Amino acid sequence: MNFPILTSLILLPTIGALFLFFTKDREGNNLTAKYVALFTSVVNFLISIYLWILFDQSTSIFQFIEDRTWIEGFINYKVGVDGISILFIILTTFITPLCIISVNNSIKNRLRDFLIAILIMESFMIGVFCALDLVVFYLFFEAGLIPMFLIIGIWGGTRRVYSAFKFFLYTLLGSVLMLVAIISIYWITGTTDVVRLYEIGIDVKYQNLLWLAFFSSFAVKTPMWPVHTWLPDAHVEAPTAGSVLLAAILLKMAGYGFIRFSLGLFPIASELFTPLIYALSVIAIIFTSFIALMQEDMKKLIAYSSVAHMGFVTLGIFTLQQQGIEGSIIQMISHGLVSAALFLTVGVVYDRMHSRLISTYGGLVSIIPKYSILFMVFALASLGLPGTSGFIGEFLILMGAFKDNFLVAVIASLGVILGAAYMLWLYKRVVFGKIINEDLKKIVDLNRSEYFILSCLAAPILFFGFYPDPLINTIEVSVTDLINMHSTNLAKK
Amino acid sequence: MEILILFLPLIASIISGFFGRYIGDRNSEIFTSALVSISALLSINVLYHVIVNQYEENIIIATWINSGSLNVNWSMLIDPLSAVMLVVVTSVSSLVHIYSIGYMSQDPHKPRFMAYLSLFTFAMLMLVTSDNFIQLFFGWEGVGLCSYFLIGFWFKKESANAAAIKAFIVNRIGDFGFALGIFLIFYLFGTVNYSEVFQQIPTIIDKDLSFLSFEVKAIDLICLLLFIGAMGKSAQILLHTWLPDAMEGPTPVSALIHAATMVTAGVFLVVRCSPIYEYSPLILNLITIIGMTTAFFAATVALVQTDIKKIIAYSTCSQLGYMFFAAGVGAYNVAMFHLFTHAFFKALLFLGSGSVIHAFKDEQNINNMGGVWKKLPYTYALMIIGTLALTGFPFLSGFYSKDAIIEFAYLRGNTTGYYAAGIGIITAFLTSIYSWRLIFKTFHGDYNNKEIKIEETHESPIVMLIPLFVLSIGAVFAGFLFKGLFIGHGDNFFWAESIKFLEPLSTEHPPTWFLLLTPCLVLLSIPIAYYFFVKNKDLPKTIASTNRPLYNFLVNKWYFDELYEILFIKSSKKFGLFLWKFCDGTIIDGFGPDGISSFIKKCSLKASKLQSGFIYQYAFIMLLGFSALLTFLIVK
Repeated sequence: MNFPILTSLILLPTIGALFLFFTKDREGNNLTAKYVALFTSVVNFLISIYLWILFDQSTSIFQFIEDRTWIEGFINYKVGVDGISILFIILTTFITPLCIISVNNSIKNRLRDFLIAILIMESFMIGVFCALDLVVFYLFFEAGLIPMFLIIGIWGGTRRVYSAFKFFLYTLLGSVLMLVAIISIYWITGTTDVVRLYEIGIDVKYQNLLWLAFFSSFAVKTPMWPVHTWLPDAHVEAPTAGSVLLAAILLKMAGYGFIRFSLGLFPIASELFTPLIYALSVIAIIFTSFIALMQEDMKKLIAYSSVAHMGFVTLGIFTLQQQGIEGSIIQMISHGLVSAALFLTVGVVYDRMHSRLISTYGGLVSIIPKYSILFMVFALASLGLPGTSGFIGEFLILMGAFKDNFLVAVIASLGVILGAAYMLWLYKRVVFGKIINEDLKKIVDLNRSEYFILSCLAAPILFFGFYPDPLINTIEVSVTDLINMHSTNLAKK
Repeated sequence: MEILILFLPLIASIISGFFGRYIGDRNSEIFTSALVSISALLSINVLYHVIVNQYEENIIIATWINSGSLNVNWSMLIDPLSAVMLVVVTSVSSLVHIYSIGYMSQDPHKPRFMAYLSLFTFAMLMLVTSDNFIQLFFGWEGVGLCSYFLIGFWFKKESANAAAIKAFIVNRIGDFGFALGIFLIFYLFGTVNYSEVFQQIPTIIDKDLSFLSFEVKAIDLICLLLFIGAMGKSAQILLHTWLPDAMEGPTPVSALIHAATMVTAGVFLVVRCSPIYEYSPLILNLITIIGMTTAFFAATVALVQTDIKKIIAYSTCSQLGYMFFAAGVGAYNVAMFHLFTHAFFKALLFLGSGSVIHAFKDEQNINNMGGVWKKLPYTYALMIIGTLALTGFPFLSGFYSKDAIIEFAYLRGNTTGYYAAGIGIITAFLTSIYSWRLIFKTFHGDYNNKEIKIEETHESPIVMLIPLFVLSIGAVFAGFLFKGLFIGHGDNFFWAESIKFLEPLSTEHPPTWFLLLTPCLVLLSIPIAYYFFVKNKDLPKTIASTNRPLYNFLVNKWYFDELYEILFIKSSKKFGLFLWKFCDGTIIDGFGPDGISSFIKKCSLKASKLQSGFIYQYAFIMLLGFSALLTFLIVK
């Protein structure tokens, strides 16, 4: 057996966290802890890049598979990656070190514990994206909740307890149903191995219920309308690094789950419920865009825009067109970068002014120009301007949707107008205009680490906007095969 | 070498934008102007080759999006159509760059301004040289973005910021239609490359699509959607409201973006897609109607505006209407011809008005000007040339192109054609009146400015006058020189394959009285305008006060802004608030997490009351339960 590269990716952050656990926590800026965490996550990032290089793009078979018996005859610890999952792993390992660098100013107390939470969460996220056994997937999927719950609950703002519980209740409620579904799948087929399940398929008569059970969990995590209201609250209360992880990676688990499990395991039910997904996605895109327009709190605005963007993602996945699904995956990666960047930009001014209200700001461009330029790049990527990764995702999704359903594509396209409206209006109120608030004049422009983080995010956003080939080539074969598998399954019916 | 045309402006933009602080203001100005000028010279060279050698090429620069059957490249398509656009864009752009050195000399952010101008040029070139719809869309949104940046360049002005956002959003509404058009094209043909799409058009002529249980012809729908995009970018009626507001930007921007290049992108799109539009007479008629309505509407509004730039902005809007109705009657080459000549004289007028504004130290109201023609002799002379060319004074460039449009409309021979020709003539007359009104009020009559003494007004520096002079040469000769090439008929048809005509354009001539009608009206209008605006200045006021409703209607630009404010902006905000507070707050949270948790809380409160802690109560309940159970068992 080869070197267990995936397991080491999963375990390394946890080992780092363990190591941190045994160091002494110091008050204030605990540099040792930061360096340990940073070192771990950067090494992990390098490993994941190495994984991408080793990865064979020409096949859709799962690669780097590790298969160990965990509970005899029931659960195997099975992990592996294909073109779809590998990008999410890299996204995770890319965002985590940036988060760790960003905690400079925002976390004042118990920095060590905060870093431990982040590292453990990284482990779980990577686990989610490479799990090939339903139970293993479920464990990672749910375990990811705990560190996030703690991050919001301990390091959050004033209403942190309310938000943390809302977050926890919503997501747990959905997951319980998924657990039931996983157990039933075991009873029906005798295995929880995803690759095996792809081969043998699941009997049509069970599919609808099972699909709904998985859906209830994924819909909450995505989040889809109308189970999205936890997201704005969670974001508003979470510290910056928490918001970044939440928006960039946690939300992607559900999108990934839709592709991997809903489409893969229940093709017939997916076909049946497509109208439901379309309706909810379109409502999410339009309604939350209107809501975003009226927000007074920057973080809430970005949170609502996340809901709208994830609406595009769910829409694209269920078009079952090559462009739609590829667009969705790119949109998820792009949204991971863009929303992370936007939350960080809000974090930058929050650290200086301790206010998230839009009305506090205005005229920033003449005080902190570097910041304003980078903010502009992210705002434009968020509204899907050609030349940014956001455009590729949205455009491909809508193209795919148009092939499948005119009306849905037309309504969803309206979201593009609204997206421009709320983003530019936000930008105008924060960055342009006269300086009304005198306190603003004292704030300083990006420091080195902030500049570094935001540039690291801006670079791939622009690069993939002009040259998305590396992304598309990675997922192309896997998506094609997924669609083929889906259509043969449908034909079998 | 051709690729340099595209990338020199981009390089200029990057250097000036990112390194402007290090290389200094003057160097970034010179650097950007030089690179864009080189690009202009190369473009002229390309056009020369296209004219002489029928040179055509499709250069693939790199791949962009490859997803399934969708293959999009970064490309550069050189054919007669794009070559003409290349020359228009780069030459006006380089002149505007040079002009800006003088105009923006007091501004603290010169490198940023130059970087935006160059970036705009790059985006516009990407737009015109694309060989597929998606790169076209890239350029389309790219110019929109630069326009957004440049309108809001003076970011401290609230009105400039508002205008910038308005321009972007209104354009996005157009882009919404445009994007749907692209989706539809991809859906029908499985490709977005021009040549492949155009080839397949004849196969879908009879195809119907059903949308919301309406049966629509596929080709009509494509044309309509693309045209919505064109309406947004080219400020046609209904989506025109952003253009006058866009005058908040610095004047060189108005000349480059909102007169000569970006706003003509819509016309370019329709002409580029002539192989599609030719099969859709329905939408061509719609284009004619929209075009002539815009031409007329904008001319009437221009009659009463007092802001010098807004007058010219409405004039641009109106001239774009002319271009559209030329395209609508199937005379795509005439539309291109007018686009070409218009670029020169409208840029000239804008830059000239910039020179006037400069002289009056940022005064834009023509009521506060007057009597300075001796003080600004060069500007005055050049503005006169621009005005003559715009109004279609015989043998200047506007005369050839605009009259050709009216003629072809007439020759179309159907109701829309005659109607369009009629409106075209009336509008030409109105154009002449408002243009001369501008000239007379600005340069003649008494000096009306109270803040600056007449002695302080001054002619602009040479660096601003040279571009004006070059443009004036274009405004005088472009029509005469290129008439044969652009709209002549003959054996070697210049446009070759880039413009498609199902039936060849009519080669007949309209009757002589018709040909003479427009020039006569134009000549006649000069003394009329002189009488109204110099000789007898109270007359316009009297007319305005006796026709108050009409005057208000015009001054308020037909109340479009007010209507949209109520229809879209206020209602969107209300809707957003409703969704947020009521749907999310009251309904979803109220019945969802908050509701459930408060319900559980209530239940547990009730339940906790049961646990009173008194043994006799528990014993009593137990007794009750026990007896109930016993009774049940016995009765059963």
